[in-house]
Amino acid sequence: MGLLEQFTRGELEAFETLFRQHQGEVYRWIVRIVRNQALAEDLTIETFWRIYRAHAGFDPARSFGAWAPMIATNLAIDHLKSARHEVELRNDIRAPTQVDPRAQAEMMTALARAFRSLPAKLQVAATLALVEDRPQEEVGEALGISVSAVKSRVFRATRLLRKRLRRMGFEP
Amino acid sequence: MNEMNDPKFQEIFKRAMAPMADWELKHDLWPRMLRRLDERPARVAWLDLVLLALLVIWCAIFPAVIPELLYNL
Repeated sequence: MGLLEQFTRGELEAFETLFRQHQGEVYRWIVRIVRNQALAEDLTIETFWRIYRAHAGFDPARSFGAWAPMIATNLAIDHLKSARHEVELRNDIRAPTQVDPRAQAEMMTALARAFRSLPAKLQVAATLALVEDRPQEEVGEALGISVSAVKSRVFRATRLLRKRLRRMGFEP
Repeated sequence: MNEMNDPKFQEIFKRAMAPMADWELKHDLWPRMLRRLDERPARVAWLDLVLLALLVIWCAIFPAVIPELLYNL
């Protein structure tokens, strides 16, 4: 019997093997989205907890390596949605008038905050596709959407971010 | 060039968000996973539920056994 079949029967040893094989990959995927190591560890545990609970419904013919990032992405999106109230967009920040390292740093902070204020689904698509340079096919697979839907989300994220930055006085 | 493919804008994104590609998992998370698995709420086995249901039905049909049952508990 294969490892995945053993996992679907709820065997803990099979789950442990899968956990050890995929924990790094799932963690790296989550940390790209949430950009916080401690939080990524927590969400990695939560991802595998959901995976373990859903073992009976898993089809061994499917790819575990594709299934796990999908669950991880959904969890990360849920987290970003719940954490949104913590992100307050400052409107008092204005574009620097000259090249000043402190002003540049402030601008980068403002950009990051503006980015964090985007809707979670747009934020995740844009983070993975634009910041992390992940292939759109991979992003689509993890989000459970088509490549054209990924492009659409990235486009909407970019347009919304530009709009917000202009409102703060930046012209990206 | 559309907004999405604007390399200048993408560069701004990257600078603001600092890519995380080099961040690796520093330690094994399996011990934490085991603790998480142990946190599962205790589940009542289906056989226990069936036995309880049979006991309730038995008591409903033969109420006279209830005092005897309580005495033996």
